[in-house]
Amino acid sequence: MVRVIVDGTPVDVAPGSSALQACEAAGKEIPRFCYHERLSVAGNCRMCLVQVVRAPKPVASCGFPVSEGMEILTDTDVVRRARRAVMEFLLINHPLDCPICDQGGECDLQDQAYGYGTGISRYHEDKRAVTDKNLGPLVKTVMTRCIQCTRCVRFTTEVAGTPELGMVSRGENAEITTYVEKALTSELSGNLIDICPVGALTAKPTAFHARSWEYKKTDSIDVLDALGTNIQVQARGGEVMRIVPRVNDEVNEEWLSDKARFSVDGLKRRRLDKPWVRVHGKFHAASWQDAFVSLARRLDGVSGDRIGAVAGDLCDAESLCALKDLMSALGSSNIDCRQDGAWYDTSAREGYLFNSDIVGIDEADALLIVGSVPRHEAPVLNARIRKRFLRAGRGGFPIAMIGASSADPTYDVTFLGDGPDVLTSLLDGSIPFAETLKSAKRPMIILGHGALTRRDAQAVYEACRTLAEQSGAIADGWNGFNILHTAASRVGALDLGFLPGPRGLAAANMLRGGVDVLWLMGADEFPIDKIAPETFVVYQGHHGDAAAARADIILPGAAYTEKPGTYVNMAGRVQRAFRAVFPPGDAREDWRILRAFSEVVGHTLPYDTLEALRARMVEVNPVFASIGSVATPQARLPAQAEGTAQKTTAEFSASAFRPAIDDYYQTNPISRASPTMAECSRIYAPVRAVAAE
Amino acid sequence: MNTPWKPAEQPDKFTFDAASEAEIAKVLVKYPEARKASAVMPMLYIAQRQMGRETGSAWVPVAAMDEIARRLDMAPIRVYEVASFYTMFNTRPIGRYHLQVCTTTSCWLRGSDDVVHACKKAAGIGGFGETSEDGLFTLTQVECLGACANAPILQVDDDFYEDMDGPRTEALIAALRAGERPPAGPTVNRCGSAPEGGCKTLLVTPEAASENQ
Repeated sequence: MVRVIVDGTPVDVAPGSSALQACEAAGKEIPRFCYHERLSVAGNCRMCLVQVVRAPKPVASCGFPVSEGMEILTDTDVVRRARRAVMEFLLINHPLDCPICDQGGECDLQDQAYGYGTGISRYHEDKRAVTDKNLGPLVKTVMTRCIQCTRCVRFTTEVAGTPELGMVSRGENAEITTYVEKALTSELSGNLIDICPVGALTAKPTAFHARSWEYKKTDSIDVLDALGTNIQVQARGGEVMRIVPRVNDEVNEEWLSDKARFSVDGLKRRRLDKPWVRVHGKFHAASWQDAFVSLARRLDGVSGDRIGAVAGDLCDAESLCALKDLMSALGSSNIDCRQDGAWYDTSAREGYLFNSDIVGIDEADALLIVGSVPRHEAPVLNARIRKRFLRAGRGGFPIAMIGASSADPTYDVTFLGDGPDVLTSLLDGSIPFAETLKSAKRPMIILGHGALTRRDAQAVYEACRTLAEQSGAIADGWNGFNILHTAASRVGALDLGFLPGPRGLAAANMLRGGVDVLWLMGADEFPIDKIAPETFVVYQGHHGDAAAARADIILPGAAYTEKPGTYVNMAGRVQRAFRAVFPPGDAREDWRILRAFSEVVGHTLPYDTLEALRARMVEVNPVFASIGSVATPQARLPAQAEGTAQKTTAEFSASAFRPAIDDYYQTNPISRASPTMAECSRIYAPVRAVAAE
Repeated sequence: MNTPWKPAEQPDKFTFDAASEAEIAKVLVKYPEARKASAVMPMLYIAQRQMGRETGSAWVPVAAMDEIARRLDMAPIRVYEVASFYTMFNTRPIGRYHLQVCTTTSCWLRGSDDVVHACKKAAGIGGFGETSEDGLFTLTQVECLGACANAPILQVDDDFYEDMDGPRTEALIAALRAGERPPAGPTVNRCGSAPEGGCKTLLVTPEAASENQ
């Protein structure tokens, strides 16, 4: 550690820290525009000037390395005058359009001009104007407001891995642009809005909708992919206006994927806001009581094994637990959370988790991706892989992929082949990457749903696990055998045992006519015409998507922003979301619907409050007691020996792995209801077509 | 350049010709494989010169920048940034002759205003950054060309025409229009930066000088 004295206070900081970091460690606020702790240092805004004793002039603290005994002064007359001068220069060309600027109220320039500026300008000449750029359907530009901090350039280049923005020309004419007009192709482009310190890059879909101080802010968890990104839902008057990320270094750092951010407008479209009952082929609006009674009447006399439930991708653990309990009360063990038919070893938690945790990526030193396109399945996780790739330097983090990628991964990848046969070659060591994995200290295997939803999923899964064992990916203190989930509810459901019982039917068999009454809780991601025509379908969910159209009874539920819920991310981290707004119309929280119905049908569920239900969840699986944390990965899977012993004779099929997600912007009922996502899908379709070739 | 380029003027594609390829080969060997992005500026020059040979307008189209990015494993935007930063890369089409007048202090004191005026008059150009209607001349204002001893300077493409004044500028432009290339260098009676009319000092050898004493 290096001892630095900041305004007379000694602080110890790590060697190689910058003066700015030392000041922050000492609790001093240093104004800044271009400096961002997750991006490289540019040092071009000069706002972070401080005085270093014995230095001839103020230094830019963001790029000034600390040395032993250095004395930094952050609040002297020199510093104050320097900041005022920098601020005056920055404001020379910045328009005074704060009243019509969407950044107003949450603008670094505005705040710092108040805090550190002069309050007047001596500049009377014409300000320069810069043409606005078209960066696609998500990011709106007002380039005249740009102060050339280049955070956006560094973000797209470093974090997103899509180097499309740059600063062209020079001096007075310098401007941020893509040069050749094109939409940004990143799935993380919304973060540009957050990192832009001024109003140059703002959200296009919500332009002029609201002011930052009008929002009611609620902490929540994103459910549109399985990463469990920590988000803040910002609502005004019962309407969710926007979603922004929260910082959680162990999950999403401070990034958020575009789908999670911009699907917001899907939350108020195509909503199911009252119960519907189908009579003689036509839907009729009903009261809750009528809907429950007619459902109870339909269930009357149906034996438990002819009733089944399939859970969708966005469900909270509470409603899953309630649905499971209801089903077992009705005498059914036909429950399944794998509407895509995925196969995992569910005998132990380690069989279906992203075992190394998201932060484990930072420690891995070799990576094999099987049947997964992380960029589309979990863009923020992909950025983490890229971060590791960049930090390791050239060749320091070898990455190989089996199965075609539908997008540029944003890091160098050795493409090993299309199908599972490659695994055989990796197992017998006949291709060089087998040696790379073996010689790595912390090898990682990411197994995706492109591989796990095939007929030969079990064989692929077991081959990957054997490979993980052989190569040391599963060893003492390290478990790099990772399943990359695409459904936010999946791990929570598996933890709750939302799986067919001993004689229960899996999802595919239920659809095929194995049950007479099928309860779909938000399950839309399968071909609806697979449901046998005579099956009576109950759809409990929040959007009038594919399955609702097929349903016989619709029970309107709450979307993830409208209910307090527990979600378990792909790494097994149990996280809580709070309610931001109330569900529309007659829609209710899902567990309450189930609890109310259980009373009508005569099998009252034993919990009246959310707390009681959560206690029940802990009873089912103790992991639900540890909110916010992830259990340390066990070195070995308990069922491993057994699993290997009863090794199936399943053979690999020769076909190539297909990406689990066809269209990143249209993967769930909310994003399909969102006009913004539809626009993205339309604009980026040609990009995808090129990538697929 | 604040004036955005027009997509219409951009050629669809650009391929280096044999002469350029020979130059590229020489440039690339100067840099290690992992650092070949360093070759971006020479590559841009090669492209610009090739455009000059092929079309009579020495500029770098986007297609050429994309091709350079591909060759050097760079993101295209990184090449655009370099090309637009340096004023000696033309990112828009220019005239056959690029008239670059230095108007910095030394040249200005020695009469660069006359040179500018003569350029406008003789070439038929309204102002800086414009191209004459016949497409022959583009007039650009440049900063110090580093030849103050011979101020004022008019640089035509890569050649310095030194000690200019109004009439000589007009004569030069007339010659260029006629398809001639007058020899570069001083346009007055001097050799390089030596005094006008011949040497004024050191007229005798040191030996002769010592004998005279």
